[in-house]
Amino acid sequence: MTGYFLQAFIYLLAAVIAVPVAKRFGLGSVLGYLIAGLIIGPVLGLEGEETNAIQHFAEFGVVMMLFLVGMELEPRALWNMKLRLLGLGGLQLLLTSAVITGIAMLAGLSWQVALTIGLIFALSSTAIVLQTFQEKGLQHTEGAKGAFSILLFQDIAVIPMLALIPLLALPELASAINETASQSAGHGDSLVEGLPGWLYGLVIIASIAFVTVGGHYLSRPLFRFVASSGLREIFTATALMLVIGIAALMGLVGLSPALGAFLAGVVLANSEFRHELKANIEPFKGLLLGLFFITVGAGIHFATLIENWVLILSITLGVMVLKALVLLLIALLFDLKGSNRWLLTLSLAQAGEFGFVLISFAAQNNVLATDLIALLQMVVALSMFLTPGLFILFERVIMPRYMHGSGSRQHDTVDDKGNVIIAGIGRFGQIVNRLLVANDFKTVILDIRSEQVDLMRQIGTQAYFGDASKPGMLDTAGIEQASLMVIAIDDRETAVEMVKYVKLAHPELKLLVRAFDRGHGYRLRQAGADYLISETYHSALEMGAQALRSLGVHPFQAERQKHAYRDIEAQQSDVLYEAWKDDASGERFDNNYRELFMELQQLIDDALKSDLHDNHSKRRGWTPPPKGYAEEQLKNQND
Amino acid sequence: MSTEASPSPCRILLLFAHPSQARSEVNGVLFNAAKQHKAVTSVDLYAEYPDFNINIEREQQRLLEHDVIIFQFPIYWYSTPALLKEWQDLVLEYGFAYGKGGDALKGKHFFCAVSAGGREEAYQTDGFNHFTLRQLLQPLEQMASITQLTYLAPFALFGSRTAKEEHRITQHSALWIKLLDTLAQGELDISKARQLQNLTCYFDEQDLHP
Repeated sequence: MTGYFLQAFIYLLAAVIAVPVAKRFGLGSVLGYLIAGLIIGPVLGLEGEETNAIQHFAEFGVVMMLFLVGMELEPRALWNMKLRLLGLGGLQLLLTSAVITGIAMLAGLSWQVALTIGLIFALSSTAIVLQTFQEKGLQHTEGAKGAFSILLFQDIAVIPMLALIPLLALPELASAINETASQSAGHGDSLVEGLPGWLYGLVIIASIAFVTVGGHYLSRPLFRFVASSGLREIFTATALMLVIGIAALMGLVGLSPALGAFLAGVVLANSEFRHELKANIEPFKGLLLGLFFITVGAGIHFATLIENWVLILSITLGVMVLKALVLLLIALLFDLKGSNRWLLTLSLAQAGEFGFVLISFAAQNNVLATDLIALLQMVVALSMFLTPGLFILFERVIMPRYMHGSGSRQHDTVDDKGNVIIAGIGRFGQIVNRLLVANDFKTVILDIRSEQVDLMRQIGTQAYFGDASKPGMLDTAGIEQASLMVIAIDDRETAVEMVKYVKLAHPELKLLVRAFDRGHGYRLRQAGADYLISETYHSALEMGAQALRSLGVHPFQAERQKHAYRDIEAQQSDVLYEAWKDDASGERFDNNYRELFMELQQLIDDALKSDLHDNHSKRRGWTPPPKGYAEEQLKNQND
Repeated sequence: MSTEASPSPCRILLLFAHPSQARSEVNGVLFNAAKQHKAVTSVDLYAEYPDFNINIEREQQRLLEHDVIIFQFPIYWYSTPALLKEWQDLVLEYGFAYGKGGDALKGKHFFCAVSAGGREEAYQTDGFNHFTLRQLLQPLEQMASITQLTYLAPFALFGSRTAKEEHRITQHSALWIKLLDTLAQGELDISKARQLQNLTCYFDEQDLHP
């Protein structure tokens, strides 16, 4: 047990030190993890035999990432991108694998081996690329969207590849290595082994149907049931159970867990629990992916590298240049312009984590010889290691060049224009939301009451179940891109806490908060709210004005009295707030405050009264000249 | 919504009244250009008083702090938009702007910077609108007279609905900046500026008679 703790501690320590440092230097977290792995692995030799086991475990981070990616895509959005998916993705995979296969054959390898290598190198790293896009805020550029299409196509294409590779098995390797046979038997925890082809197909279709239909119809009652329990950790457990369950199911029927998770994510993209799910899965994904990157770094064998460094380095660079060229060609074909063209070219020029999967699978199926495997693994790892460098190149050298020419910016379509987060969709939040939505602003609505969320959905308002007081929840709701947040939740204490947290973590964000009464308003103001409104103030004022009208006061006069009330109240609010702040230590409204409050009442009374009864009113406006004015004018003219 | 003018020989107060700025093609351009000018305090009245609840005290203070007052607005029914009329009704009080002791505006200069939908030919005695623009703005001229402001000719763009399509805005905007510059430096020939029909002709005449 202590041994495990020690290992875990070493991994975490390396990450805790390396990642913030890398981030500080603008290298991105992925390179930080890779360096952390490099330090504990090849440099210090702290990592042991467990690296491989950990890597398999950490690959689950990729599954979670695809689940999250799926949740970002509604089924319709996915359907809309089918052309791009097939066009960009298909072309990239076909061209890259064809060229690399050709070169490998020229180098004297058999066509089976050459094709396998071609397939391995055609794949890029979903994990690194998507993580980096997100970190650098590039995910909404045209280049990143193209890259995402290619990555998605690749992830889907892994499945037929896994089916193809056993067919490429070399007989001489198969007979030579007996133990791999037993290994591959151990590898298949599969229900479908030995089934005839048609039945296998049926099982696959059935399980995909189960994920889609089940995700759509079963998940909602389940989540509602769990949410109603109000136990936070059980919701987390449910979210994990869902992803792990799908991964297990896909594994059982011999499909890619990543694809299954992606599918489930797409199905749940419309769910009101989407943001809460994301908030729960996100930390696990982050940690596991980090772990995965560390194992990639740790997996670089310096000995092999130094021994064959010329060969490995030249193959790596060769592969990357080749992939980049193919991507550039595709970018040209699909008319990507400016910086987007280079983003697509540079971001996907590496081999990816599925490359490792294919390599080990090919090894098990006797397609690749052992020395070749070590070499290929080094090339994949090294190319992943070099990728953050390409992103830095893009960011520092290419982006600035296109920033000057304003032309390139127009091609970036940013979906999140002035996102607004609304916390609490009760009577108050609904009106705010409707006004914003009617003016084409995108709102993300969070509410902790799942009945309320249901109700909103029934009347066509896209609300999400989620606890907006949780920082993780706010992150997934897109607080980074948001320019404004409206807080209209019922719990007063939570509202104050939320204001404090949000102002601390996102000082730029404008916070509009509903207060319950004067005291609550002051506390929110103290916590840092930018604008606050007492929920009853304006409606009461309106009612007062209507009462005046009903009593025969001229409507415009009533309106002016209302304005006067509002003006004086606004003028005095600072004074009252300061008094409250001084007194707040003791009882809530002490004598000094009470006096000031009475003074305010008196001020309002005086101002409103004088306007009604006094010709020389303190309230100004539309005051006619005095009675003798006409005579005064005549006198002036005669002078 | 205002930018304060820095101390300069001549401080200009630009009171901009446009109730439909999203549709603006001319005035928005001029107003934004003026915002960049150091000697100009630019006030977007509709932004500052969306509920017409004009702060009289603050507006009078602003008038006191400037030497040139400009009303900028698109012509609505041969007059100012409602808020600018409201501004006159409220701010130009007896005892401040006119009447006994009402000398606050004495000696300051005043003119209107306007856009008109009709062509210049329409604003003629024998034209479609029967009066020249200067004639139509006579209530403002008389307002200036009674408040002891020196009234200058309006700075007007005619045919404003097609000015964008006919690429006339750039030139008009350049004239506008030149006018603000000249005013800020106190170099405007006042007697000339009083007599013109349209201040846009000011620089042509200067060029003709150096």
